[in-house]
Amino acid sequence: MTAATVDAAAPRTARFDVRRLLRYGGLAGLAMVFVAATGMLETFNNRLLIRPILSMGYLILLSAPFVMGYLVGKRTEIEGVETAPRTSADVVLAIVAGLIAGLITALFAALVDTFPGLRGTFPRMGPQMVSLLTFDRGVGIGFLILPAVAAVLGALGVAMHWLSDRLRKALGVGALTVVSTAIFESVVKDVFDWFSTLPRFLYHTAGGLSVVSAIVLFVVAAGASFFLQGRKVPGLGSLTSADTGERRRSSLIAAAVVLVLTIVLPQLLGGVLNELLTNVGLFLLMGLGLNIVVGYAGLLDLGYVAFFAVGAYTMALLTSPLSAVPFQLNWWQAFPIVLLMAALAGVFVGTPVIRMRGDYLAIVTLGFGEIVRYLFLSDWLSPFFGGAQGVRRIPGIPVGSNEIGGSDITQFVYFTLFFVAIAAYISWRLQDSRIGRAWAAMREDEDIAEAVGIDTVKAKLLAFVTGAVLASFAGALFAAKVGTVFAHSFEIIVSIIILVVVIVGGMGNIAGVAVGALVLIGVLGGPNQPGLLQEFGEYKLLVYGALLIFMMLQKPEGLLPSARRARELHQEEYLQDAWLDKEGRFVGQEQEA
Amino acid sequence: MTATTAEAATRVRKSFRPSWVDLFLWAIRIGAIVIIAWGLIGSILNFAAGRGLSATQWRDLIVAALSQGAMYGLLALGYSMVYGVLGFINFAHGEVFMSGAMVGFIAANWLFDAGIWAANPILSLFIVLVVAMLTSTLVAILVERVAYRKLRGAPRLIPLITSIGVSFFLQYTFAALFGVAVRSYPQVPESFRGALNIGGFRIAWSSVLVIVVAILSMIGLWYFVTRTKSGQAMRAVAEDKEIAALMGIDVDRTIVTVFAVGGAMAGVAALMWAILFRGVNFFTGFLPGIKAFTSAVLGGIGNLVGAMGGGVLLGLFEGVGPLLILGGLGIPGVSQLKDVVAFTALVLVLVFRPSGIFGERLGSEDRV
Repeated sequence: MTAATVDAAAPRTARFDVRRLLRYGGLAGLAMVFVAATGMLETFNNRLLIRPILSMGYLILLSAPFVMGYLVGKRTEIEGVETAPRTSADVVLAIVAGLIAGLITALFAALVDTFPGLRGTFPRMGPQMVSLLTFDRGVGIGFLILPAVAAVLGALGVAMHWLSDRLRKALGVGALTVVSTAIFESVVKDVFDWFSTLPRFLYHTAGGLSVVSAIVLFVVAAGASFFLQGRKVPGLGSLTSADTGERRRSSLIAAAVVLVLTIVLPQLLGGVLNELLTNVGLFLLMGLGLNIVVGYAGLLDLGYVAFFAVGAYTMALLTSPLSAVPFQLNWWQAFPIVLLMAALAGVFVGTPVIRMRGDYLAIVTLGFGEIVRYLFLSDWLSPFFGGAQGVRRIPGIPVGSNEIGGSDITQFVYFTLFFVAIAAYISWRLQDSRIGRAWAAMREDEDIAEAVGIDTVKAKLLAFVTGAVLASFAGALFAAKVGTVFAHSFEIIVSIIILVVVIVGGMGNIAGVAVGALVLIGVLGGPNQPGLLQEFGEYKLLVYGALLIFMMLQKPEGLLPSARRARELHQEEYLQDAWLDKEGRFVGQEQEA
Repeated sequence: MTATTAEAATRVRKSFRPSWVDLFLWAIRIGAIVIIAWGLIGSILNFAAGRGLSATQWRDLIVAALSQGAMYGLLALGYSMVYGVLGFINFAHGEVFMSGAMVGFIAANWLFDAGIWAANPILSLFIVLVVAMLTSTLVAILVERVAYRKLRGAPRLIPLITSIGVSFFLQYTFAALFGVAVRSYPQVPESFRGALNIGGFRIAWSSVLVIVVAILSMIGLWYFVTRTKSGQAMRAVAEDKEIAALMGIDVDRTIVTVFAVGGAMAGVAALMWAILFRGVNFFTGFLPGIKAFTSAVLGGIGNLVGAMGGGVLLGLFEGVGPLLILGGLGIPGVSQLKDVVAFTALVLVLVFRPSGIFGERLGSEDRV
């Protein structure tokens, strides 16, 4: 980067830039219209975070101008050269852009208000939406409120940059604490059942934080963050620290905390939340399996749900008295056979795709997944698999004289977590083993891996088989839990959601996958299972899609990346940065534009 | 393909001592051929014995399959062009098609309510076509701008995963906007409902229309790619992006053109869907998308004529295959297995003939 380009660009961005204004204002406006038009505002308005002032719907709607304002003031530093300094022009720009965003949304509301016929085609665009967008103040004056609010939020967003880093971080921690305490309301209520003063202080009786408790929480969290920042808590290092000793120590501590939590938590939680925890566990199991296939070996498997289905159906057929199989086993006797079938399925799917390029492999596995589902569903094979009815009356897991199924959810959680622990142990041991290193080599460059003597055929098959076996754990547990297995549970969306869990958490990192499963399945919910935010129901998959795009564009290594994977993914960027100008464009392109 | 040399080396070695992977693949090959042959013989025997479908029914089935194949072919063009130029599978192309069909539905519905649909059917269909093409083109360009542009030069799987995200995002955005119910296009105008008589063959008007539209679009596309400057730029960029840029071609703009043209073809396919099936909802694009991708691979990805041919072949295979092969084997509930046949075709094509029937046309980077 030469000094000349820096100087040339500096005055241009410092001036009030109309194109930039329209871009930011337009994008924020579009985002707000999107939230309203898809019905998110209306649906999430029923979920109050702080009663009675802030609902989930408004939080999502109004975060758009705030984020926009923040982005207006954001400066990126490339190769040590910072872009033009922030000026007051940025503040004006953020305010006006917020105004524009609000006006666009108000205009949209006015449009919906004048053409009630729109509702025939767009069921969400009704009077309810208009009244929410005008804050219930009627059509006339109401249209002016939103632009004003958006402008203020835009200004607040850009103002964040004038605070010290420390204060900004503290405010962020405070806001995050308030929102997550509100989201985790049912968990907190369950856990503090023995000390009900706390939840009674925190939450309004009708749900949501009370205003006072929200303020207290915010102040406490922000204050704690402000004063503790930069101070090292003894014994607690960073999980992503470069120092191996420190990383080891902190992961040991994290593991101990997780262990204690897994033992204690199911006892404290009620039935609904234990159900949720079981679902998280099942998805975590599958996530760990897919992590081996995608994260370790670099094979993008889009039909991973097929192995889950094979596990569940095998268990169902072997244990249900209604199945076509003439004999009947109990869960433990059937388990080895389930694993064997899954391993066979892994070989069967893995062998044909061994010599295939990565993207074709993804599509073929997707095809396999769908074929398996259609076959389970078909009338042709219904004598075996029960067609659309599925296999019913699957018994639970026999322990002593009891049978633990979906109705004894507290005990079932322990089973699930036990298998999760096994899967995590397997993943952890495999990571740096001989085969684990072979996978890493193969992922980075297959030809070179082969050249240094790695048997890539064996390595790929082993990845598929291990992944399949871990998914069949989940399948076997799932069958015992729900008692009825039918093809509807194994749609392609399950594969995609597992993939999102792995990618958001951090490919190739066990802790990352665990975090991904907890956050996504726990809060948003699985394909057919509600999470803590039940209101997300119909928008879940929209959010998953958006998350996938966002992660791939901004943070392909995930929230908790494995060190090696992050290096691989960003290597090219470091090399590229040398050729970029300050707005991220190629230096040479300016003349053409 | 990432491993041409290494593969050639393995092939030489393997020719002396086949590994068990080869044996496995050969077993699948032979199994597939035996099953297909058995089914064919069964069907022929059935036919000779006067059971099953009559000759006219078979012919109608084939014509319907051909028109559906033409639709797959038009969709396949989008996959093929993007793969040829950028080297990744644009999984969201099916949703580009769906968006055209959904917005086209609004137009059709409006035309129907206004009475234009019945009074002037040709004009109405033309308006729907324009609306669908514009929508699909717009969505394709937007998706490229927002999701894919930043990922040029990223490892191949990253844009693929992104496009899966785009696909689900678009699907459920449309589900949220329009609701999940299936909406039906108004009935095709009276004059199209009959059948055309060509030399003793009676072919449904709608099939004729679809096939004619497909042929016209193909001619238009062929003209665009081979005879115009933009088309030339497209081919140059597909061949080698860097050298094309050195020759003064605006690579970014050319890539936008590729997405726009692919989107426009998807819009045409959306109209065909409206004529053939009428019902649309947010999930309409998913299966046709995957089938069109299969067609693109079948015809040799990157190869535009191949994409059309692959589409027609797949349409035939999917339309006639279940009855001809599975019916011949005596399997009940054959129509349920239509998608199984399509997916099996997908797997078999990708495993045994990834370069397609007519050969791939890929850029230099993808060939290495």
